[in-house]
Amino acid sequence: MTLRVNDLKVYYQTLRGDVRALDGVTFDLADGEIMGLAGESGCGKTTLGKSMIRLDSRMRHVGGTIELNGKDVPIADDDAMVPLRYREISLIPQYAMSALNPTRKIGRMVNELLRARGVRPADIADELNRRLELVGLDTDVLNRFPIELSGGMKQRVVMVISTLLDPSLLIADEVTSALDVSTQRAVAESMVEFRDRGYVKSMIFVTHDISLVYQMADTIMVMYAGHIVEKAPAATIINEPKHPYTQMLIGALPEVGSTMVQGRLEGIPGTPPGLLNPPTGCRFKDRCPMAFSKCSEQPPLVEIEPGHWAACWKTG
Amino acid sequence: MWRYIGRKLFVYLLTFIVAVTINWMIPRFMPGDPVQSMLSRAQVSDPEALEAMTSYYENLFGLNAPLYEQYLNFWAGLLRGDLGISVMRYPEPVTDIILGAVPYTLALLLPAILLSWVVGNRFGAFAARSKILDNTVLPVGYILTATPYMWLALLLAWSLGIVAGIFPASGGYSFSLRPEFSWLFISDLISHWFLPFLSMFLVALGGWAIGMRNMIIYELEADYANYLQALGAPRKLIRRYAFRNAMLPQITGLAVQLGTIIAGSLLTEIVFNYPGLGSLILDSLNNRDFFLLQGVFLFVVVGVLIANFIIDIVYVLIDPRTRVQMTGGSS
Repeated sequence: MTLRVNDLKVYYQTLRGDVRALDGVTFDLADGEIMGLAGESGCGKTTLGKSMIRLDSRMRHVGGTIELNGKDVPIADDDAMVPLRYREISLIPQYAMSALNPTRKIGRMVNELLRARGVRPADIADELNRRLELVGLDTDVLNRFPIELSGGMKQRVVMVISTLLDPSLLIADEVTSALDVSTQRAVAESMVEFRDRGYVKSMIFVTHDISLVYQMADTIMVMYAGHIVEKAPAATIINEPKHPYTQMLIGALPEVGSTMVQGRLEGIPGTPPGLLNPPTGCRFKDRCPMAFSKCSEQPPLVEIEPGHWAACWKTG
Repeated sequence: MWRYIGRKLFVYLLTFIVAVTINWMIPRFMPGDPVQSMLSRAQVSDPEALEAMTSYYENLFGLNAPLYEQYLNFWAGLLRGDLGISVMRYPEPVTDIILGAVPYTLALLLPAILLSWVVGNRFGAFAARSKILDNTVLPVGYILTATPYMWLALLLAWSLGIVAGIFPASGGYSFSLRPEFSWLFISDLISHWFLPFLSMFLVALGGWAIGMRNMIIYELEADYANYLQALGAPRKLIRRYAFRNAMLPQITGLAVQLGTIIAGSLLTEIVFNYPGLGSLILDSLNNRDFFLLQGVFLFVVVGVLIANFIIDIVYVLIDPRTRVQMTGGSS
């Protein structure tokens, strides 16, 4: 087992109180697993990704643990996290387009970063060139400034930089969201390729694009309002979702070849609850067509069949 | 690159022509007749002699020609480096008077501008990193920037010059000395230079420090800084990047500020009675010596234009983004 997250709670501190962006999240990630992490905006998926590598100044670790390869990940201790960052846990950020220093040539920036992490750039130069070619980039990009690259190129450069030290866990946060469809596919395929070649051991692929993640991920985890709703192998989530929220989320996706004759796509009525003072019990109950009296208690995340967890009183 | 510089040069040339024209126009359309004021100082009572002298002076200064001819003559003279003859210190040529004042102004301006810029940027970047320093430096910085040059100058002249008596509060050098290359004269020059320099330095310092502090804080929140932190890069590296990137707007700021700093030097020079261009402007205004005024303004305009041009080029060298735009690269 590579990654074990247990009852993780991370809150945002605001003047009006704590925003409970992650409110008790528990899951495991196996070696070599690519897990898609899906959900609406504000459900806590980016927060979960960030929590595993670096809490920003507003985020506070309230409870729970993260274990990577059997060792505790001290997420609340910024200094103790430094040795783990990049080498064990790495990140492709949401803002990959602007993640590179605009006034440094990319190659020079990489060298400075590597040297700062105690790696001799010369030792890794061949590997760097090989990986750049693997994602379809000319090694000449190292002699260029970020502004001279297209968005897709920058995205791929960041991908190569982030995985250069072969981390155990890679968090890819919305890496395809700003790309056009054909580039999305190329990036997604490279990510799988990186896993297959062992550049990264396992990966959490944060996205709101379920149809893309279905094509590349082994498992999909769905979050809603700071809770995990369902986790299962990708095909199961798409074809036989058990949780009402997942069912409605999948139902809201267009299918290839569908026509208007088959009826309009259904959205999910209502909006997610605010996380400043979240409702007790199941957080989806106000929008759930199947809600009943028991939903005022919080449903536990239980394994309903091997590898398939769901948090709903109706499925348990 | 060369096309860019050529285009910039063309724009600066155009600016120069417009500036010279306005510069020529303003004193001529100002109320008051310089020849009359000169003659009234001479206290000539004989009307015939008065008329003769008037026509003599008008001829001498070229004031009897039609306006367009005066304008063309002005350009012709300018290109020969001849800015006419001063009315105030007749018959000294304007160029000589200006060249006599320029070293004082430059000796005051250049160190004040550059030192305050360098020290202010370092200081601001330093302040951005500690809360205690930030909380003390920032208010002081705001007070310094908000202080008018001449007020701070007066305060310094009064406290250090008159009450403490450490530095002389007026003049470029002591009246008892003659300009010469001796230790005595040079030390005297420096002690006279110090207070005007200090007042300009202090006022400019606050602004740079505040600007830099804000820029650094902004850069440290930028995406690339977050990314580097997520990859465990040490603070030193991130600070270095942030400092460099924060410097870019500061360099533009320097170019923009040059004009105001020169105005500031005018006031400072007047307060300390320092024999630079600022005092010259005041004197020539008082004496309606518009040849001298024109000359000084021209000098200031050329100075600002040259400084801006240099900064344009420097900017191209240090910011790849402008370089790419210029060479027509895709972004």
